Amino acid sequence: MSAADAAGAAARGLLPPLGASPPVERVAAEERAAALGRRSLKRAAKVAGLRLAVRCMDLTTLEGADTPARVAALCRKAIAPGGAASDVPSVAAVCVYPSLVGAARRALAGSAVRVASVAAGFPSGLTPLATRVDEARRAVDAGADEIDMVIDRGAFLAGEQERVGDEIELVKEACGAARLKVILETGELGTFSNVRRASDVALHAGADFLKTSTGKIQPAATPGVSLVLLEAIRDFYFRTGRRVGMKPAGGIRTARQALHHLVLVKETLGDAWLDPELYRLGASTLLDDVLLQLEKERTGAYGSLEYLPAD
Amino acid sequence: MLKLIEGGGASQDRRSGERRLEFGDRWPYEPSPEAIDRAGLRDRWDAFIDGRFVPPAEGGYAADLCPATAEPFAAVAESTAADVDSAVAAARRAFEGAWGRLAPLERGKHLFRLARAVQERARELAVLETLDSGKPIQASRDFDLPLVASHLFHHAGWADKLEWAFHGRTPRPLGVAAQVMPWNFPLLMAAWKIAPALACGNTVVLKPAETTPLSALRLAEIASEVGFPPGVVNVVPGGPSVGAALVTHRGVDQVAFTGSTEVGKVIRRAVAGSGKRLLLELGGPSAHLVFADAPLDQAVEGVIAGAFFHQGQVCCAGARLLVEESVHDVFVAKLRDRMETLRVGDPLDKNTDLGPVGSAAQLARVRELVASAEAEGAARYSVARELPARGWYVAPTLFTGVALAHRIAREEIFGPVLAVLTFRTDTEAVRKANATSSGLAAGVWTSHPGRLLELARGLEAGVVWANSYHRFDPTSPFGGCKESGLGREGGRQGLAAYVRLEEDA
Repeated sequence: MSAADAAGAAARGLLPPLGASPPVERVAAEERAAALGRRSLKRAAKVAGLRLAVRCMDLTTLEGADTPARVAALCRKAIAPGGAASDVPSVAAVCVYPSLVGAARRALAGSAVRVASVAAGFPSGLTPLATRVDEARRAVDAGADEIDMVIDRGAFLAGEQERVGDEIELVKEACGAARLKVILETGELGTFSNVRRASDVALHAGADFLKTSTGKIQPAATPGVSLVLLEAIRDFYFRTGRRVGMKPAGGIRTARQALHHLVLVKETLGDAWLDPELYRLGASTLLDDVLLQLEKERTGAYGSLEYLPAD
Repeated sequence: MLKLIEGGGASQDRRSGERRLEFGDRWPYEPSPEAIDRAGLRDRWDAFIDGRFVPPAEGGYAADLCPATAEPFAAVAESTAADVDSAVAAARRAFEGAWGRLAPLERGKHLFRLARAVQERARELAVLETLDSGKPIQASRDFDLPLVASHLFHHAGWADKLEWAFHGRTPRPLGVAAQVMPWNFPLLMAAWKIAPALACGNTVVLKPAETTPLSALRLAEIASEVGFPPGVVNVVPGGPSVGAALVTHRGVDQVAFTGSTEVGKVIRRAVAGSGKRLLLELGGPSAHLVFADAPLDQAVEGVIAGAFFHQGQVCCAGARLLVEESVHDVFVAKLRDRMETLRVGDPLDKNTDLGPVGSAAQLARVRELVASAEAEGAARYSVARELPARGWYVAPTLFTGVALAHRIAREEIFGPVLAVLTFRTDTEAVRKANATSSGLAAGVWTSHPGRLLELARGLEAGVVWANSYHRFDPTSPFGGCKESGLGREGGRQGLAAYVRLEEDA
């Protein structure tokens, strides 16, 4: 798009005015996020936080080696993470590739655990638009309750923000009743101000959740970048009255990191977001560490992964 | 098509009754207090003179009160002129004796060992500081103690390199430095003063604030333990009369004071004509400027830190917020949301953001200023929070509709109270920021680099922080303009207060 075209589009209200999103000072944002990592969470507060982390978890497997049997095992773990006899709550969702949505749907039948699917050209978001939209629709038809799509970062960085927004709208339309999580892939956006801008584009295009990363690119869900998304969600809520969810994903492996992310949302968006309807933690290996920590709080002694149900 | 953002941006935020954030108890944090048995408390604290604790020659003991409970938790010697005499005499002997004869490199090693010892005992010192001053443990642990150590390390390095700080001239020590401390950063200010004084070869008699004497006494004890010769670091606790006896003592060569502008003026008059070198670090309300193009969410953090860090009891607290009119409403709304998340309570709790103010007198002063602002017509917003029943607590408070003529815009508040004013142009911002007799610090939040450079020139302040606030580093000189002080502390410039240059002699 030429500069003249861009000016014309802006005049018609199609383009967000340049600078409409507030700039973000990276050093200060990261400092604030790091400070929230120093909250001291002991005993009951720690247990409650860890149980919340489980309830908000999108238990994820996105590997070439995934099989229907492996997904079924993961689903059993999602329903009863600590084993049948444990009081550990179910996770929020199981997140798989579209080809395994059916397997997950069957394995989760009768439970409240949702099926989420990465779709729309994951993880690059660079396949033809029609293919992406179609893929999302098929995943929903196969039984996905939630779709995780990634934006075209190339288009965003080239300044074609309206195209990014339009594509999100089209995928959202294809999702029907399924909820749409928009992955910004913050590790490829260059600056925190860009992350904020991309957040605003996704929010206005109808995202149900903002999600930091695919997990395939580093850095992923750093506390700093997560804070930027949370602040965008907060401003959007005040502007529109709509509560959009948040999903940090990628690199969250320890219970301690999960608690840090929960503190970020608690002290930025408040109580309403401390709920799986509005908050998710995307993770593949986090659950085991959370279970170990819960067991340690229960018994006073650290356990071993060997005693946890294998997936 | 994308129905994006008409007008857009944070300035379009609408806040109404039904759109609000709840910072409640859905996931409460448990109390997480630091154990006080780590503080190495003792019942009685004497003056530290000539390498040991010495009971007062004439005076008795005063109760030291804990701001969190308003109850006594230690008895501290009330020094008198007689104790000051012996401390100055000990410092003189050390200057002319063991310390003065030490090679500069060895002086540096002593400071280095002290820095290491402070790091090793950081937790003990942090708890002691919090008990005595009411400072939240997260501040003493993550701000004060790391800075104390870094100032000692920094100056350890200077001890044998002073010639490089003063090109072509030879720096010589002055002799005995008399150092009078404030109560807001008892240990940090002691380190700021002791470190350069000792690095430059002087000896020290330090008078801690009456309400917060413990950490400086412990620091002197640690210095002795790591091998400082007796008399190099002396500490005489007590009230204003001890401070007066010290700064006017004829055996003193240099006076350094951090505290109120009022007392600073008294000291300056008292040492006039005496030949004593003088270093003053005083106060005054600093201005914090937020422009419409600023990274607003980070500016909120900066303004919150500027106004509420250590309950606002900071000489360079950004107690006067100047915000560009077009973003005033949204910025104040953001500030109020953020204030709701501030955790006020037991300073020993690791999750406490705001503790009590330092003394009953300070509490009375803050309340009086808050009442004056209400009487003068400013609109008050205080966080609705149940404050602890005991102790000297003030709820974080914000005033909008403040005019330059109001007392809270002119006087130093030294409490968790923020006064909000507006401006429309850069010129108006600078004029309002400079409209006080003080000039210690200022903060500017903008995305416009040219404006930052211009404002840094235009603002009458010793420090101008750009898109940040309350940043300290031992390499960076700190000090005031106008009535906010005389001289600099820290960095190469900070050494000047503690040396005589040979051509001066």
